[in-house]
Amino acid sequence: MAGAAERPLSPHLQIYRPMLTMMMSIVHRITGVALYLGTPLLVAWLLAAASSERAFTFVNGLYGSWIGLLLLVGYSWALIHHALGGIRHFVWDTGAGFGPGPRELFAKLTIGGSIALTGVLWIVIWLVKG
Amino acid sequence: MSATPGSSMRTPRRRVAGLGSARSGTGHFWLQRVTALANLLLILIALPIVIWAAGQEQAQTLAILGHPLVAIVLLLLIFSVCFHMRIGMQVVIEDYVPAEGMKVLALIANTFFTIAVGSAGAFAVLKISFGG
Ligand code: HEM
Ligand code: HEM
Repeated sequence: MAGAAERPLSPHLQIYRPMLTMMMSIVHRITGVALYLGTPLLVAWLLAAASSERAFTFVNGLYGSWIGLLLLVGYSWALIHHALGGIRHFVWDTGAGFGPGPRELFAKLTIGGSIALTGVLWIVIWLVKG
Repeated sequence: MSATPGSSMRTPRRRVAGLGSARSGTGHFWLQRVTALANLLLILIALPIVIWAAGQEQAQTLAILGHPLVAIVLLLLIFSVCFHMRIGMQVVIEDYVPAEGMKVLALIANTFFTIAVGSAGAFAVLKISFGG
């Protein structure tokens, strides 16, 4: 890269002490990638519904299984965590919330909120669907 | 790409217009935000619908998903999510794949994947809607 040697390099990740805010940043990326890989699951369901009764029953069987439900719970948690992380980014984009106090609070709200909301979601699902 | 530092043939203006390693400047940053907001709103609408439609008899599921308003929400969601995840994954690739050749291949694979997933989803929704 032109001029690359003139710029100082930023110290790399492993020299920092792990902190909650840093973990949340990494988890936002990991959940983003997990959701990326998960979208074909939603599309598979839509395609199966559009295709035939056999395909639909097959995919329904997959999602109705233990592993399938585990996948759905994991997917919903990733989605909620990533969405809360995204909202946190929206707040930062306004220039607010960069102080040590708010940063730490946001981190705790993201992780706590995502677990709580995922729990509420599946309790509601369980109540509605039986 | 000049090897010797400081001897670049590019003018300072050109270097700015090169728009960084992503070659898209702040455009993608902004689109990431816009699609993120769209994702959030659309997911809040679509999630209850998906939960309602899932696990039903196929005819029931098709009736729900085929409703014009539902279909439009799903189409918008698919489009917004696939756009968002394409530029999001592009950032991840640029961060972790240093070799130029591999990077270009990964970026192309990213484009193929997201467009394929998006088209397949959109096709399914349209097929259900139009009753085929
Ligand atoms: C990746 C996207 C998703 C796909 C492809 C998908 C697909 C499916 C399918 C095919 C079923 C039927 C299972 C059965 O008949 O037993 C199902 C059930 C269900 N899904 Fe999803 N779903 C997705 C995302 C979600 C999300 C994000 C939630 C909630 C947060 C959710 C909630 C449910 C619920 C509550 C059921 C009913 C479970 C049951 O009756 O045992 N799904 N899903
Ligand atoms: C299925 C849906 C989604 C997928 C597949 C997805 C995927 C991704 C990916 C791959 C990234 C790049 C991660 C990184 O650069 O570290 C990303 C970033 C981002 N996502 Fe999502 N996302 C989804 C939903 C959402 C939602 C609902 C929101 C908003 C509330 C959101 C907000 C963001 C934001 C703000 C960024 C940029 C973060 C940054 O600048 O570091 N995403 N997403």
